[in-house]
Formats: sequence, C-alpha cells, structure tokens
Amino acid sequence: MDSSKLGRSMYELMMRTSTELPEDVTCALEKAREREPVHSTAANTLDIILKSAELSRANRLPICQDTGVPFAVVRAPQAVDTAEITRALVSALKTLTIEGVLRQNCVDPVNGSNSGDNTGPHVPQVHYEPSEGPIRVDFMLKGGGSENVSTQYSLPCDELRAGRDLEGVRRCVLDAVFKAQGRGCAPGFISVCIGGDRASGYLVAKKGLFRKLGEANPDVDLARLESVITEEANMLGIGPMGLGGNTTLLGCALNAAGRHPASFFVTVSYSCWATRRYSVELDETGGVARWL
Amino acid sequence: MALRRIRSPMDPETAASLAVGDTVLVSGRIVTGRDQVHRYLASGGESPLDLTGMVLYHCGPIVVGDAGSHRVVAAGPTTSMREEPYQADVIARFKPGAVMGKGGMGERTSKALVEHGIPYLHATGGAAVYLASCIERVEGVYLEEFGRPEAMWVLCVRDLPALVTMDGKGASLHRHILDRSASMLKRVLESTLTPPRT
Repeated sequence: MDSSKLGRSMYELMMRTSTELPEDVTCALEKAREREPVHSTAANTLDIILKSAELSRANRLPICQDTGVPFAVVRAPQAVDTAEITRALVSALKTLTIEGVLRQNCVDPVNGSNSGDNTGPHVPQVHYEPSEGPIRVDFMLKGGGSENVSTQYSLPCDELRAGRDLEGVRRCVLDAVFKAQGRGCAPGFISVCIGGDRASGYLVAKKGLFRKLGEANPDVDLARLESVITEEANMLGIGPMGLGGNTTLLGCALNAAGRHPASFFVTVSYSCWATRRYSVELDETGGVARWL
Repeated sequence: MALRRIRSPMDPETAASLAVGDTVLVSGRIVTGRDQVHRYLASGGESPLDLTGMVLYHCGPIVVGDAGSHRVVAAGPTTSMREEPYQADVIARFKPGAVMGKGGMGERTSKALVEHGIPYLHATGGAAVYLASCIERVEGVYLEEFGRPEAMWVLCVRDLPALVTMDGKGASLHRHILDRSASMLKRVLESTLTPPRT
C-alpha cells in the first residue's frame, strides 16, 4: 500500500464522518420533520437540527462539538499489514484534532489530564476482522451523551416483567428509550444486541449502528420487532431533544449473538440524531475504491 | 409562550419573568462551564470573572486558534444533568441570570431556580455549527488548565435561540414530558407481543 494514499483515505473518511450527516439519517430527520405540526417545538427543533447539519456540510465543520469517541472496524485479508492501517488512522485523528474537525476528547481517568490529540490507552478503538477482501473500513464518531444513556439488561428482569424472549427484549428496549428521555439527543437510532456476553453485547450493538436506517433486517421476526419497537417508542411523546413530539426514535436495529445458557443479556446502544458513520472500500494502493 | 429577546448579563426582573414555553434569543456576554468548572466552583473555587446575571452555558466548544485569534467552530450544549450535584451551590454562590444546556435538570436545581428566580434555557443539542454561528467573538478564556472543552469561555453572542424549559416559578417541561411518557409507557406495556412463529 502507498502510505500517503492510505493516509489521505483515512483523513477523508474521518473528515466526512465528522462533517457530513449521512444521507439515510438526513432523510429520516426530514421525514420526522413532516410528522410534526408547523411551529411546534418539535418542528422548530428539527428545523434547527437540519439547518445546522447543512451548515456543517457546506463549510466542512463538525456537526456536533462533541465529536465523540473514534471507533473503527477494519475488514482485511490476512496478508494486509494491519499495523499500517492503524498508523494511518491515528495520524489522521491527530491531524483532524489540530484542525478543529475533532475535539480533544481523550481524558486520563486517573489524573484528569487531556491528552490533547485524541489518543490514549485503548484509544482509538480499532477492531480487525479477517475477510477475503477487499479492505473495508467502517468508521464511527459516537458522542458521550448518547453513550451515557446506552445500557445493558440481564434477563429475567423482575422490575420490567421481562422474561427471556422477544417480549422481554421489547420491554427492555422501550425502558431504555424512556429512561434516556432527551438526554441522548433524540430522535435517536438504537441498535440492540440480543444475547452475547457482557463485552460482546456492547460491541455487537455498537457495530449494528453501521446498518443504514431503512435497511430491512433479513430475519423476519427481528424485522417485525424492530418496527413494533420504533412505533411504540414514538408513542411515548418524548420527541426531538426530549421537548415533546411524535418522533423519539428514527429507527431500531436488532442483532442476535449466541448466549451462554445461564445468561440472557439485552444491550442497547443509543445513537443521537447526529449518527455519524461512514464505510469505505480501499483499493490495493490504499486509495478509496468506493464509499459504501 | 412568547418570543423574547434577552441580553446577558440580565437583570433579576427579566430572569424572573421568563416562563416555560418562552422562546428566547440570547445576545450579549455568556460564559461556558461544564463538569470541571462546576466541580471547582461548587467546592469553594473562586470564579475568575463576575457571573452575576450571566447566562452560564453548559458547553464544551471546539475552539481553534490562539489567544487573540480564538474562533469557535462548534458550540452546542452538553447534557446538563451531569452538573446536578453542583448546580444549586453554583447558583447560590455566583447568582447567574440563567443556566443554559440540554436535557433539563433535577429537583435540587429546580428548587435553586425558584429560590433565585432564574430560568433554565434549553438549546438544541448537536446543532453545534448553527449555535456557533451565533457567536460573534471570543472575549476571553479562563481556567484553560482544565483542557479546552472544560475551560470557561467568555463568548459574545447574538440571537442564540433557546427554549425556557424550567422557570423561576418551579415549572418544568422536562418533568411534564417525563410524567406523560411514563404513563404512555405503562399503557403500551399493558399489551404483549404475539409470540413469533416456532
């Protein structure tokens, strides 16, 4: 791979993620806007949101001042030098932080100091998955507010009357949406891992946010439950930013992971309206072959 | 419910007259403060500037450039609830004219707002570039040792839009939405899913 080409690709991937609201998200927000009465708080809020996102795109400025936690998933054949990709990601991260496209978001949890360049122990998170190729990089910036309202349930849960079945999953997810209120910057997109262990649950749920809004789940039972949850969550009336309205969720993605017989976790990853993620396919030289 | 143009710092009469549902356009000098600033101020720290009547904005902006040429690129509100343990004390000690952020605050802050007759203003989360476009200039920065997002930025703003969601009379839109969504959730959960095919 040509390291300067690879560097440019990673830079462009991160730049776009921070500054251009993905098309599926913009579409979903525009549809939400149509569902709100004219001059309502919800309509005004969505107007400001759409206007702000448009300004970001036009001026290549970060959509939100919280440019989140950088998260990358790289799928590449075994022969690819993954360390080279990590170096390119880290270098792009540092450059974009200096340029003000990413905020200095990595704080030492022990002494409270900010590293100033968005790197630190276990930061950034880069996950590798072997594949047949071509090289694919998924990149996400997920804000702290939405991460704070993400949560995990262990079923059965007496308080929610949630058993170890899809009905139990439904009850947990609606509870998570209710508890988040507007604090995750509604209307949000939630991705859920049903099953797995405590660690894989959060990872699978977060990766599920790469699915595009409106893309159907191939599993018919899960697809059905996704629309039930979205519809019911929107009946809660929490609305944009939690100020009331008809759209609380833009969508819901359910993912299944094998579970231990003793465990049944439901893990909810909440993404704010500013869901920022892009995927690219690279050619052999490290250049962008196409945006996915 | 009215559209009100307000200036920061504001006088106590203006602060007390703002009611839940009012849309405001904020102009004047406002100051940012988030987690570290609140902890510092609530635990006896002295404010580097007079906060009386000022709009105290929960925000960790992205700022580029050096002193004298600071430019705010993005400046949306952060989740106010994280300041709940400190906010009431900060209000009592420094008498700001309003608190601004997103997501609303808890009962202790609500009581402090009533005691001092000031509102909580809700700005649109994530609308960072739009809100930054309402900032005319950076007047100064204090406590920069907390890191740029955590520092106290004094900003001159013009027509920054926000909604009064908690007021000096004890009303709270957040409490209302919470109660209403809780009863709706209860209703929704009275029915159960039909079991999937086996």
